[in-house]
Amino acid sequence: MTQLAKPSHLQLLEAESIHIMREVAAQCEKPVMLYSAGKDSTVMLHLAMKAFYPAKPPFPLLHVDTTWKFRETIEFRDQTASRLGFDLIVHTNEEGVAANINPFTAGSARHTEIMKTDALKQALDRHGFDAAFGGGRRDEEKSRAKERIFSFRNAQHRWDPKNQRPELWRAYNTRINKGESMRVFPLSNWTELDVWQYIRDQKIPIVPLYFAAPRPVVKRGADLIVVDDGRMPLNDGEKPEQRMVRFRTLGCYPLTGAVESSAATLEEIIAEMLVTTTSERTGRVIDHDQSASMEKKKQEGYF
Amino acid sequence: MQTPDLTAGNVAAYLAEQSARDMLRLITCGSVDVGKSTLIGRLLYDSKLIFDDQLSALEADSKRVGTQGGNLDFALLVDGLTAEREQGITIDVAYRAFATPKRKFIVADTPGHEQYTRNMATGASTADLAVLMVDATDGLLTQTRRHAYIVTLLGIRQLVLAVNKMDLVGDDEAVYRAIEEEFLAFAKEIGAGDVTCIPMSALSGCNVTEKGAETPWYDGPSLLQHLETVDMTQHNQEQPARLPVQWVCRPDHTFRGFAGTLVSGTLRQGDRVKVLPSARESSIARIVTSDGDLDQAHTGQAVMLTLADEIDAGRGNVICSADDPVEVADQFEAHIVWMGEDPMLPGRPYLVKLGARTVPAKLAQPKYEVNVNTLEHTAAKTLELNQIGVCNLSLDEQVPFTSYADNRDLGGFVIIDRISNATVGLGLINFALRRASNIHWQALDIHKGTRAASKNQRSTVLWFTGLSGSGKSTVANIVEKRLAALGHHTYLLDGDNVRHGLNRDLGFTDADRVENIRRVAEVSKLMADAGLIVLVSFISPFRAERRMARDMLEDGEFIEVHVDTPLEICEARDVKGLYAKARAGEIKNFTGIDSDYEVPENAEITINTAEKSPEATAGEIVDHLENTGRLKPA
Repeated sequence: MTQLAKPSHLQLLEAESIHIMREVAAQCEKPVMLYSAGKDSTVMLHLAMKAFYPAKPPFPLLHVDTTWKFRETIEFRDQTASRLGFDLIVHTNEEGVAANINPFTAGSARHTEIMKTDALKQALDRHGFDAAFGGGRRDEEKSRAKERIFSFRNAQHRWDPKNQRPELWRAYNTRINKGESMRVFPLSNWTELDVWQYIRDQKIPIVPLYFAAPRPVVKRGADLIVVDDGRMPLNDGEKPEQRMVRFRTLGCYPLTGAVESSAATLEEIIAEMLVTTTSERTGRVIDHDQSASMEKKKQEGYF
Repeated sequence: MQTPDLTAGNVAAYLAEQSARDMLRLITCGSVDVGKSTLIGRLLYDSKLIFDDQLSALEADSKRVGTQGGNLDFALLVDGLTAEREQGITIDVAYRAFATPKRKFIVADTPGHEQYTRNMATGASTADLAVLMVDATDGLLTQTRRHAYIVTLLGIRQLVLAVNKMDLVGDDEAVYRAIEEEFLAFAKEIGAGDVTCIPMSALSGCNVTEKGAETPWYDGPSLLQHLETVDMTQHNQEQPARLPVQWVCRPDHTFRGFAGTLVSGTLRQGDRVKVLPSARESSIARIVTSDGDLDQAHTGQAVMLTLADEIDAGRGNVICSADDPVEVADQFEAHIVWMGEDPMLPGRPYLVKLGARTVPAKLAQPKYEVNVNTLEHTAAKTLELNQIGVCNLSLDEQVPFTSYADNRDLGGFVIIDRISNATVGLGLINFALRRASNIHWQALDIHKGTRAASKNQRSTVLWFTGLSGSGKSTVANIVEKRLAALGHHTYLLDGDNVRHGLNRDLGFTDADRVENIRRVAEVSKLMADAGLIVLVSFISPFRAERRMARDMLEDGEFIEVHVDTPLEICEARDVKGLYAKARAGEIKNFTGIDSDYEVPENAEITINTAEKSPEATAGEIVDHLENTGRLKPA
């Protein structure tokens, strides 16, 4: 970024994120960074590279793989981790796999609970991580708007939204007792536009799924679901058709709705975002599968 | 914010123009039900930041749990927690971003209830401006004054008094002027910064984004016009440079970088700097980033510096302009806002996090508590949840600091409970009590080791803790007799005996119990320094104070003996008849009955006098001393 006499708002957001990451590195015993290969966590990774330069970030990456991620996401994840020289831990809930938990027969809520929330808790426990960075932003969802940057979790990984630690200035209290942990959100104060603008300014590579391309799609209710592989059961008479679509947000492929679009460049994506009338997470089935879903999932240990 | 004619072609120009906008962080505060959340909902709605799916969710929510008779209830946009929606109140702060063509904003909607003051303070601590809302039908309330006081205390210099619900008083200018006049007088009394008063109706939108026709007598700006134009010049830029070191970067032996956020001033390559507290000087060799070195860094930037000389510096040090460094001290006067469920206990060791330093600290009994309604200073023994007072505090180590008025990052601290790790208070440094550099520890030629060796032993504190009647004094007495018989030099500090003299002024409240133990810990430390084996027999019910006593001594010197006799047996013995009185309600704050005993987690020795005779347990303790080498010179 060019140097201004007064730092721009993106420079200030960048500085805030870097400050948060350094605080964790200096204060926590065994941090880890959650990396889903989505645009937010890719920006987070880019910031981590800056925060510790010329050293490497002093923590590994963790991806909780539900086995239902887009193939392109997984490919991009592996490329990025190896390009930047990170250790990447991939964790899958093998008991869930053995029980054949999937979004179709288990339902989105149960699939998310077992393959994401439980899997995440397993991975954090197995490695003894006491702090985990997540790319969540406050403008994504109303219960996220309420969460602290350093979000305390008890030994069962639970969030108590009614009893959060006060968080003053930049004086983050990182202290925990054994077994307890912190979820840390360096991008808390970023907006969707900030993220896109930063990706463009810094020329950060992102998964091609964010750009429009012809993809095989079926319409399920209001959602356009891309048929990413042969595991997707098709209803009677349902036939995938090629449509120009892209994603604003990336989750498990059967649970993430695409949007019809012709935006194939960052500028086109930003232009489209600025005139859209729906929110970013509208395509996330799991946000709407029960009332106050996100808060409930977060209390149970979801990111 | 939305620009319908936007195409990919002019996105670049749009983004360039975006980058030039500055950011204002504000909070909305004031008492309950004045319409804070409604105002934010209105601002988001009018700046077209509510998306269709959010709007349809809002419509459904408004019908289901809304408080506006089925009309859109904007509060539901920010009250994101289930408990908030069910109870129709704001519990915790919600952060929302919005933007206009002139500025970007992050607004924190803070709760009005007094019990959630700590959440309100959380929002206020990072804000540049506060919108304090009052209901025109109520005028100023206790919470209005309280919030005005807190935001001023926290250093917010821009205050907007939003007199809301003007429609309910017929847009009557006289009502507005009376509230304005009363508030301006109060603002002057508390030393508030710039105050702008605006009459409005968040519900109808009058004077929120646009000027309303309903208040022709009002000639000031609408709220949004004010927010877009208010002067937010950061004066920290012109201050001397201060960089608290967060993290030291050492990828290999050739590079040593100091990482941190510049909290005031500007740093240039070649600038002379001084590192506090060591006061070593050097100059800036490089300002390193992954995009190449910078010539200079500004306030607010997170930087990585290298220095021209190999000087010792680490986390918690502050790199300053060499000609104007910060001071260093370990005793301060500070304003304290207490945020813990349990009251502040003077003398209890807490942790203080100031800048990048976390150090043990003790708060003295408050000089006074501030009655926020009347601004009177009243005497106080402690501070309860949400109370504000002024205290002296002493830190175990010297720290670089500024007053809070000079710098929020180096003058503001949080207070952390050492057992639960909860954040139990915030503090704002007024000034250092004395320059720590003027106090010297008198070095003596004969030291502890010499004194203990001449008694053929090592300085030791045997700390007996347990319920009343558990057998502490009985066992301690036998241990002391055996040690004396072996020719060792001992002293026994007994709880009852000390309360007849040194601690006769103390009662049995939690605060007095903490002070009781603090004094005994200090005395046993002096006796250990004299080379003695000290036996302390005190109920000492709280972990924090036992840990304080432990921390005062060197490793190995402190031996915690948990006399773990069950309550039923202690009560059945009732040697002094105290349990009977406590059960009858004649004695208050009796440990085990109506006052807690916190069981030791890591006692070196645990004994139970119900299972073994006092003589046998005393024998085990003497054996432990023998086996750990305490009964011979070091």
